[in-house]
Order: sequence, then C-alpha cells, then structure tokens
Amino acid sequence: MKIKVKKSSEVKKPINEMRLVISSSSANESFARTAVSAFVAQLDPTIEEIADIKTAVSEAVTNCIVHAYRNTIGQIYINVRVFSGGRVCIRIRDTGCGIENIPQAMEPLFTTGGSERAGLGFAVMESFMDGLKVRSNLGKGTTVSMEKVIARRIKYNVGA
Amino acid sequence: MGVKLSVEQGVITACIDGEIDHHSARGIRERIDSAVEKTTPKTLNMDFGGVSFMDSSGIGLIMGRYKIMRELGGRVNVINANSTIQRMIKLGGLGRLNIMGDTFAS
Repeated sequence: MKIKVKKSSEVKKPINEMRLVISSSSANESFARTAVSAFVAQLDPTIEEIADIKTAVSEAVTNCIVHAYRNTIGQIYINVRVFSGGRVCIRIRDTGCGIENIPQAMEPLFTTGGSERAGLGFAVMESFMDGLKVRSNLGKGTTVSMEKVIARRIKYNVGA
Repeated sequence: MGVKLSVEQGVITACIDGEIDHHSARGIRERIDSAVEKTTPKTLNMDFGGVSFMDSSGIGLIMGRYKIMRELGGRVNVINANSTIQRMIKLGGLGRLNIMGDTFAS
C-alpha cells in the first residue's frame, strides 16, 4: 500500500487565525458575531458579505445556547481561519447534547425550540454562506463548519 | 435597543430599534404582546426601519405575532424592511402570508 505524504507546501495553512471561547449566555450572541465580523474585516468584505457572516454566526451560536446547552451554561468555541484567496472558515463547536438526526435538524422549519423559533437556523447558514458542514456526537457535542469566499476587491496583504 | 409602541384607533405600530436576535427578541415580543392584549387592535404594524441586524429570531417574532393577530381577526403589516431583512423573510416562507406593507424611506 502506498501512502502519499503531503509535502508541507501542499497543506494549506491559514494566513491568519483567531480563537474565541465564550459562555453560552444569550447576552454573548451579539459579541460573538461582532468579534467574528471584526476579524473578517481585514479581508475588506462588502457590507452584504459582513451581514451574511454575522447572521450565520448568530444562528450557530443561538443553536448552541438554545439546543446544545438547553439554557444551561456551557462553553462555545469559535475558530476563524483566513486563507489566501479570501476564503474564510468559521468553526463553532459546543460540548452539549448533540443532534440525534442531523438531516432532520437541517430541514427548514423543523424545530424543537417551540413556537417562537422559526426552525431556520441551518437553512440561513446554508444560504448565507458558501459551504456548511455539521458533525455531531450524541451527548458529546456538535461542530458546525462554514466557509465563505470574500471576493477580492482591492489588493490586501495579510501575514505575507 | 428596544421597541416604541404607538396605539391609535385599532392600530398598533411597533417601531423596532437595534438588533434582533434570540437574546433581544424576548423583550420585544413581550412589549408588543402586552400592548396587543390590552387593546386588541385590528392591525399590527411592525416597523423594521430602525433594525440594524436581524437573524431568524426575527422570523419567529413575525410568525408568532401573525398567529396572534390572525386569532384576533386582524392582520400584521411589515414595513420598512431593508433588503437583508426581506431576504430573510423570503427564506422563512413568510412571503406568501401577505404581510408586506409599504416600505417608506426611513
């Protein structure tokens, strides 16, 4: 069996990265999306691109608060990586209850959150971002990975 | 952040201000609902002109008020929703509810 070893030059390294840990208090929703959008601002995104990212982050963080930790306090781990070409990868992870049926949870309008929740969280993330992946382990937690490519409008130099 | 309410002759206008997320939606909902309960209006205008950010909690907010107003035999008007908010409303399938009122420049 041949194993292809990737040369270090082939492995894509982020040109910048940030990590943030917040507790799952709903008062932190606004802080989380503002912090992520402030970090992404280095790519000179349009107002619309920033609004998309803020909304997607808000949905993911709300899911951690409402569903993963069911209004108890746990930790939410946010990781944002910026790659050359303007690709932004955002990972939002919790160590809460996990999702039993991911396809069902991702269906628009499906919710276990009661009549005031629209059941649109994943649908919004999917439509406002360029890519969405959800991994979950029952009883262990959920990781939501999203990415978006910020169109390059002007030359920028980050970590060159 | 909050909501300004004005009541006149069967019409409540709720001017929502600031950001709507899961955290802020509760307070906005409670203020609107208590006014609706007191005055049982025929029309509830929800004015989004002062809203700088809204996630899907805003859709839950509109849907919940729509159900209450329908039970009262009244209607909900969504006014001054910017393009981002309108996109969210469409995504939530609220486009078919006939709730989009006039959009005046704010």
